Amino acid sequence: MGWIPAILVIVLVGWFVLTYNVLVRLRNQFRNAWYQIDVQLKRRHDLIPNLVEVVKDYMAYEQETLTRVIEARGAAISAKGAAAQGKAENLLTESLKSLFAVVEKYPELKANQNVASLQEELTGTENKIAFARQFYNDSVMTYNKIQSIPSNIIASVFDFSQTEYFEVGEESRAVPRADLR
Amino acid sequence: MLSFYDASSRNVRMSRLLFLALFASFLTVGGAIGAAYGSAAYGIALALILYAILASTAYFRGSSIVLSIHGAREADPSTHQKLRNVVEEMSIASGLPMPRVFVMESPGMNAFAAGRRPSEAIVAVTTGLLERLNREELQGVIGHEMAHIKSRDTLYNICAAVLVGAIALLADMFLRGTPFRGRGRSGGAGRGRGNAAFFVLGILLALLAPFAAKVLQMSISRQREYHADAVGAQFTRNPLGLASALEKIAQTGAQVPGENRGTQHLFLINPLRHFADDSSALLSTHPSTALRIQRLQAMAGVGAAVV
Repeated sequence: MGWIPAILVIVLVGWFVLTYNVLVRLRNQFRNAWYQIDVQLKRRHDLIPNLVEVVKDYMAYEQETLTRVIEARGAAISAKGAAAQGKAENLLTESLKSLFAVVEKYPELKANQNVASLQEELTGTENKIAFARQFYNDSVMTYNKIQSIPSNIIASVFDFSQTEYFEVGEESRAVPRADLR
Repeated sequence: MLSFYDASSRNVRMSRLLFLALFASFLTVGGAIGAAYGSAAYGIALALILYAILASTAYFRGSSIVLSIHGAREADPSTHQKLRNVVEEMSIASGLPMPRVFVMESPGMNAFAAGRRPSEAIVAVTTGLLERLNREELQGVIGHEMAHIKSRDTLYNICAAVLVGAIALLADMFLRGTPFRGRGRSGGAGRGRGNAAFFVLGILLALLAPFAAKVLQMSISRQREYHADAVGAQFTRNPLGLASALEKIAQTGAQVPGENRGTQHLFLINPLRHFADDSSALLSTHPSTALRIQRLQAMAGVGAAVV
């Protein structure tokens, strides 16, 4: 009858290994998701100068809107720390929304191929930022389930700790995914 | 409790089972026919070769075959900027690598996903779909397709199509005695025995083929479509987008170039069904569009409750 404990040990070890691997995979997933958010934010920063160049000649009376976008972008790039960065990026989103709203009023601008293409790129990037954040939160939610029994045993032994969700600021909560056809 | 079981692992397991079942069938049939001619080994060898050809063609070339049947062309980044952006958005939302994007010329509105694994995945849409859907609706459709890719439905579909295609091919071949015609091994007596064997096998296969077709249809169950609708809605967080797209398709039509019975089950909406809403039939590949829309609306908290 000595083989019963042996089998039990094998099963237990097997379960430990499986659980550990799952935890590692989930942790990598949310870390990558966080990085993906950064990738999309940076992409947005890179797209904006082009857009400004193209529209500024048409928008003689809307300098204020353009200036706000340029300043918001500068602030977002130079912001330090996750909280400050988050706030700055949300403000940039707001200023871009105003810019898009203004572009709607200029038919020659809307008809311009370059502008249309850039606008689509920016819309796409806005959406990608939103979805990257969503995926990050989804990954964190799955990962945080490690706190439930019995996987929390493995989690505490190997130092997997709970992680925070990405907090969406109040200003940005109202931002829908831009639906510009 | 962490779960190690999900839709994608189930699909992978069932795909392996399908290949195994096909392998066993080939060996059995090949051996039986070979034995009727006096050499089971010959029969088995032939069957193995056939199986290898069939399985590897389907496994390695399955996606390309489906793409060329339906006239799909890769989506050019400048012409289809919005489509590629939406696909990239959905790949971020689902955590999957970006699939290759294809476009089919058709006034009908439809889409499909294919590919053995997420890193080699394909999404294809019709031009009719692109013209008529707004961004939210397009996101809904692409989200649905990415859901199929994530659950590995696409892998299972290829394997199931191979099974049916292979049995149909076998049935056809052996009913006509193709690999054995002209061998003339043992003159009259042998021919007589061979013919009897073919008769029996022909009947066997004739019975087997529709059974296999039924297996295909049942396995491409409506559950998968509901599941993909639900998971896709999770990605977009917007079930009404897909609901609205389905409504538009119901009004416009879902035809695609090269539509046929073999690939009908791959599509967002069955292109052959032409919307007779009798699809509570057990054998239909897709649930009725109206039901799908209702379920999506229920998810969004609009309209009638649980269907």
